[in-house]
Amino acid sequence: MESYLSEILSSYKGIKSELIPILQKVQAEFGYLPEEAMNKVAEFCRVAESKVFGIASFYAQFRFVPLGRTQVTACRGTACHVRGAPQILAEVERQLGIEEGETTPDLEYSLETVACIGCCALAPCLVINEKVESKMTPKKVKELFTKEE
Amino acid sequence: MRFEEIKQEAKEKREALRQSKNPLIFVGTATCGRSAGALDTLEVFHRELKSRNIDAEIIETGCLGLCYVEPIVGIAKPGRPNIWYRNVSPERAKELIEGYLVKGDPLAEYALGSTEGNVEEIPYLFDLPTLKPQVRRVLWNCGFISPTDIDHYVASGGYEALQKAVFEMQPEEVINEVKRSGLRGLGGAGFPAGRKWEGCRRAPGDEKYVICNADEGDPGAFQDRSVLEGDPHSVLEGMIIAGYAVGARKGYIYVRAEYPLAVKYLEIAISQAREKGFIGENILGSNFSFDLEIFQGAGAFVCGESTALTLSIEGNRGMPKPLPRPRTTEEGLWDKPTLLNNVKTFANIRWIINKGADWFAGVGTERSKGTAIFSLTGKIANCGLIEVSMGITLREIIFDIGGGIPGGKAFKAVQTGGPSGGCLPASLLDVPVDFDSLATAGSIMGSGGMVVMDEDTCMVDLARYFLDFTEKESCGQCSLCRLGSSQMLEILRAITEGKGEMEDIDLLIELGEAIKIGSICGLGQTVPNPVLTTLRYFREEYEAHIIDKRCPALACKELISYHILPTRCVACQRCFWACPNKAITGYTLQAPVINEAKCVRCNTCLEVCPTRLSAVTKTSGAKVGVPS
Repeated sequence: MESYLSEILSSYKGIKSELIPILQKVQAEFGYLPEEAMNKVAEFCRVAESKVFGIASFYAQFRFVPLGRTQVTACRGTACHVRGAPQILAEVERQLGIEEGETTPDLEYSLETVACIGCCALAPCLVINEKVESKMTPKKVKELFTKEE
Repeated sequence: MRFEEIKQEAKEKREALRQSKNPLIFVGTATCGRSAGALDTLEVFHRELKSRNIDAEIIETGCLGLCYVEPIVGIAKPGRPNIWYRNVSPERAKELIEGYLVKGDPLAEYALGSTEGNVEEIPYLFDLPTLKPQVRRVLWNCGFISPTDIDHYVASGGYEALQKAVFEMQPEEVINEVKRSGLRGLGGAGFPAGRKWEGCRRAPGDEKYVICNADEGDPGAFQDRSVLEGDPHSVLEGMIIAGYAVGARKGYIYVRAEYPLAVKYLEIAISQAREKGFIGENILGSNFSFDLEIFQGAGAFVCGESTALTLSIEGNRGMPKPLPRPRTTEEGLWDKPTLLNNVKTFANIRWIINKGADWFAGVGTERSKGTAIFSLTGKIANCGLIEVSMGITLREIIFDIGGGIPGGKAFKAVQTGGPSGGCLPASLLDVPVDFDSLATAGSIMGSGGMVVMDEDTCMVDLARYFLDFTEKESCGQCSLCRLGSSQMLEILRAITEGKGEMEDIDLLIELGEAIKIGSICGLGQTVPNPVLTTLRYFREEYEAHIIDKRCPALACKELISYHILPTRCVACQRCFWACPNKAITGYTLQAPVINEAKCVRCNTCLEVCPTRLSAVTKTSGAKVGVPS
């Protein structure tokens, strides 16, 4: 990790305004923000560790646990909501045994929600590893996860 | 290079493409097209054309705005008009190659419409009922040009406004033109753009910034993304002109990291614009210099607020500055004068400079000039992105452009402005859509989300949904916003679960009014809007939940139950097998029975029951008498 991190940091100057872009880069590399990495970023940008954690926890993009191999993202946009997104999310949670924001202990699945993916015409939607599954029903959700196992 | 040469080169390139002996194929591959499978379609075109040895030029374009018929493909054969096709799945793509490209039959049954000429049996594209009432300015190029090739934009008249502004106009003249046009900020608040520009120009200081707000966080809105993915240069051009007008040398585009494609296209656009000399030192040989950078927002709704946004670029949490605070135009990014406008506001600038303020103001109402762009979604036949003249009525948008409510259901409400907006009932369908009329009705124009709801949407649940969103997004500085929104959410939750009391309604109103007064930013001040407008127009739904413990829309889980009617059931056992929670007990040759304690109200049984039988029913309030 050390070497990856110094490689990322080498293209920055180490000023406060680079904090968010650096954290984005770190997360793109590791899939989440490991504690050691955040400490290093704090040192590099000469700010308190609490400041880095404060930023990382404020913005929805950042996460502190690794992602699963299969990323499941449920859209909770308004169009999806009025077309039954809550039932879809509930069914995914039931199928995977985890709640929104969690990763299964075997690191196979992680489940997140997103404010809107903008595919409102195909609502309700799930995104599974960047592939959009459109016009979902609880039954389709069940089929999706039983098929993959 | 001089602008004339750049333009000449781009036009020649376009002409060569038009005169080419090979067909041109346009595939809409913006995010919405992709989610409908456009990349698979694109791959089929590449593969099939190669294997059949057909020479053709494939151009990826942005979004036409007709999301309900994605993926959309346009084909221009030499000497023939362009024909636009709908729902082009990989199979249909193969049919089009075989039918039209090889055999020459335009396959009118798959066509949406034609442009640049007429084809028998195919209507003119812009005569489609959903396109005809629209006034497309910001969306002018979207879907027709390649967003990743600057020459396409230049050939369509792009960067002419920049050339004109920099060489023929003084900064004050540019500002004057924008002022006279009556353009208002299209990010939601509708502040007159010209006055903002003037404020920034007059603010003392040599170092100034221009920021484009593309942090579109409103669930159910995607118009900023579509503009950035379809015609990014129109936004850049507006920003550069703004830089010239206010005296800034540096600009930022604050775009959501959740929009990876928009970010990618912007990066390409900026580097191409730099190459041509539209960005950088001494733009087009003038003594005006301006540079642009992208900043990726990390997902905080409150960062749409100007002071939160600038703090976030500086590397802080996006928490709006406390009141009283100087205007961003006086003290913004790094405490320097900063001009912050929305994507669509900047995209309008080139029209104002090219065609003049009077032309621009020729469309719209007395106090809201120009066009409005909406993401039209929800329970509507023609979902998509629309651009209409300010002052058009909600009815025209929903029923003429949107094609009405699908499935024979009744219209119930339309929600504009996202979590900060409100829900308007059928009685207000004739309200003109402009900043002031919507505000009077209790909603807002907002950034342009427009979600249509039918009889199956519960208004209490919808208010709870928006509160759930804003409660999470509250930055937490103001106690009334932070705690008030969670209190309101608690109350709404209780009502949707049938645990509400009549006093709750007054409490919601009181809390709502208090949050409006006690919050320092636009997010807090508008948190209660969805609750207050649904209470204003749909109070009886709240009362039904509270008094009768009944959800009239049959949507609130805790208040509904499912039953199988033995008289209609033919014991096919479909629901028995489909139930994800094994809550249905099946019997041979007899209607199955739903075990209410185990039922999770997922609606699956109702969906799988054949419509000719409709043996599964959903009820709320008094239980349905099970016929013996």
